[in-house]
Amino acid sequence: MIKGNFIDNLPKVYGIYTGGFIGFIVLMAIGESMGMTAKAIGICFVGFTIFIYALIGWLSRTAQASNYYVAGRTVPTVFNGMATAADWMSGASFVAMAGGIYFKGYGYMALLVGWTGGYVLVATLLAPYLRKFGCYTVPDFVGTRYGGNTARLMAVIVLTVASFTYVTAQINATGTIAAVALDIPFQYAVYVGLVSILLCSMLGGMRGVTWTQVAQYIVLIIAYLLPVFWISNNIGAGFFPHFMLADEVARIGELEQQFGFVKNSAADLATVPKGLAGITKAHSEVNATPWAFISLALAMMMGTASLPHVMMRFFTTPSVKAARKSVGWSVFFIFLLYSSAPMLATLSKLALIDPNLPTGIIGKSIAEVQAIDWYQNWNQANLMFVSDFNGNGTVELNEFFMGGKAVVLATPEIAGLPYVISGLVAAGGLAAAMSTADGLILAIANAISHDVYYKMVDPKAETAKRLVVARVFLVIIGFAGATIAAMEIQGILGSVIWAFDFAMSGLFWPLVLGVWWKRANKEGAIAGMVLGLVSGFVYLVWVRSGGSGFLGITQLTFGIFGSTVSLVAMVVVSLMTSEPSAATQKMVDDSRIPAGTQVISQK
Amino acid sequence: MAKNAQHWEKTRGLLFVTLAIWAVFSMGIFLFGAEMNEVTGPFGYPLTYWFTCQGSLAIFVILIFWFAGRQEKIDEEFGFSEKGDD
Repeated sequence: MIKGNFIDNLPKVYGIYTGGFIGFIVLMAIGESMGMTAKAIGICFVGFTIFIYALIGWLSRTAQASNYYVAGRTVPTVFNGMATAADWMSGASFVAMAGGIYFKGYGYMALLVGWTGGYVLVATLLAPYLRKFGCYTVPDFVGTRYGGNTARLMAVIVLTVASFTYVTAQINATGTIAAVALDIPFQYAVYVGLVSILLCSMLGGMRGVTWTQVAQYIVLIIAYLLPVFWISNNIGAGFFPHFMLADEVARIGELEQQFGFVKNSAADLATVPKGLAGITKAHSEVNATPWAFISLALAMMMGTASLPHVMMRFFTTPSVKAARKSVGWSVFFIFLLYSSAPMLATLSKLALIDPNLPTGIIGKSIAEVQAIDWYQNWNQANLMFVSDFNGNGTVELNEFFMGGKAVVLATPEIAGLPYVISGLVAAGGLAAAMSTADGLILAIANAISHDVYYKMVDPKAETAKRLVVARVFLVIIGFAGATIAAMEIQGILGSVIWAFDFAMSGLFWPLVLGVWWKRANKEGAIAGMVLGLVSGFVYLVWVRSGGSGFLGITQLTFGIFGSTVSLVAMVVVSLMTSEPSAATQKMVDDSRIPAGTQVISQK
Repeated sequence: MAKNAQHWEKTRGLLFVTLAIWAVFSMGIFLFGAEMNEVTGPFGYPLTYWFTCQGSLAIFVILIFWFAGRQEKIDEEFGFSEKGDD
């Protein structure tokens, strides 16, 4: 199946796969109507999809370095777009994003703008040039462009700090979903998740990850869009929600006016279970200052352009031209999900708070709400809570609390969709978390095996030995991530945003100036990476420990500070030291012209 | 070398145009978020809300494809485009 003209057959192969997956959903729906239990359906969805990914991983096994590191540079633009979208959209995008919009409204939606706008920077400033360079990893570019092991090692360190912050959140999400679907304790579920992740990447490296990510994208996008459309139709909001929810958005505004945002006392809030929140912000009003919005969007955009696991996806295209186009496809596939998240948040909120809808709970009596089946289920799962603070016996807007994940996980059930949809959503969340974790673990392990081991420790190593080392590191990094994930330190989204800030603090300017400023030299790049990362980290610690910060830069946007320090340090130090050698300058010139052979020749 | 310099000048020009459009729709318009939200946008959504849900995102998709097409033209003009595959 994955031999010979596999690339030419891609549309057919994935067409059959998509059809098969839809068939499987139908089969599960039939099973449900014939009395299959919710638990059995959940296990089937999770088990079946993991089996398919593992099968693709096995079929993609390889013994060639170029296949292992850059999928043989044969991935067509559209498919690379899908793989990038899966690589990009994490468990947080899938499970937590709609919830963030539901609770925080406009201020949170800076993330939607930031996490798509960043790709304009990727397409224009970096991807085509790094592709022409012909590097295997991002530190490979830094090491070759600036020369010397110190620069290369610093890039590996920044990459590891940023990606590792990110990957623990993904393994955590994989574990959470596996724990629920398979009904096993979280501490074990994390390792089940890890083994599934390694099955995709270990044998085939980037090649295996590419083809599983395409498969995972198909699962996650079906799992996200199907419920949104179905819910919209079920509550009579319109058959194409994206174009038809204006009345619903306006209606939420009316209801907010009518109910008012009553502030709860601290004593009342103390009785609400940890992690749950009430609706305290207007749905569609501008509730953040321009700078708060713009600084968060900017930090996410520059972070996007600095995250190595995204950048390395564009090393797998056949040409420079294809690298540019596939960035466009990536954002298109991301757009499909991101533009649906606000619609889901709208539908979910309206279904819950509108007294005119049968599902609305505001204004109903507390006892009545507590007797609803789905309320009991999600209350038990610690994702929903009502309490009669004012003692009037009915649920008010300020007396209803929900967990962020509930928007994606519980809305299908609230809107009366069959359980098969909940199983599908679990499979989608798992696909999103697994595909991102795969990309991240591979990015770290490849940087260590290619840049540290092969380029610094043992440049004469045989291909076979290099690939063994690469796989050993893959397993070590995976287990380290899972072990930390099992400790549950940060919430899913907090650590994801930090990863962007770390990456932009250390890598944004060394990468961009490496292409666009010939005068940038080794000393400057090292100063930029070291001072950027350190200053960003110090700022984060300062703000976290009660520091006031300045210019409105928060713990979510500390990368703006770090990257500014990095830029200044890099320019000043570069100008104070001698200009790069003629050979390096020629390398930069070559990277600016798409035609011809790539700058680095790889073995 | 003159040819390379000209090619790079045009490439840089395209970069500035693309980044200017990007800056407007990722940051510029949100300076006036509160004012803009009073206006009704496409499909009847409040305008700022629509930009954060769909507008800016869709513009980025179109912008990148447009940029890729323009850059290909520039490369072709100077004979720097790659042969074959896509």
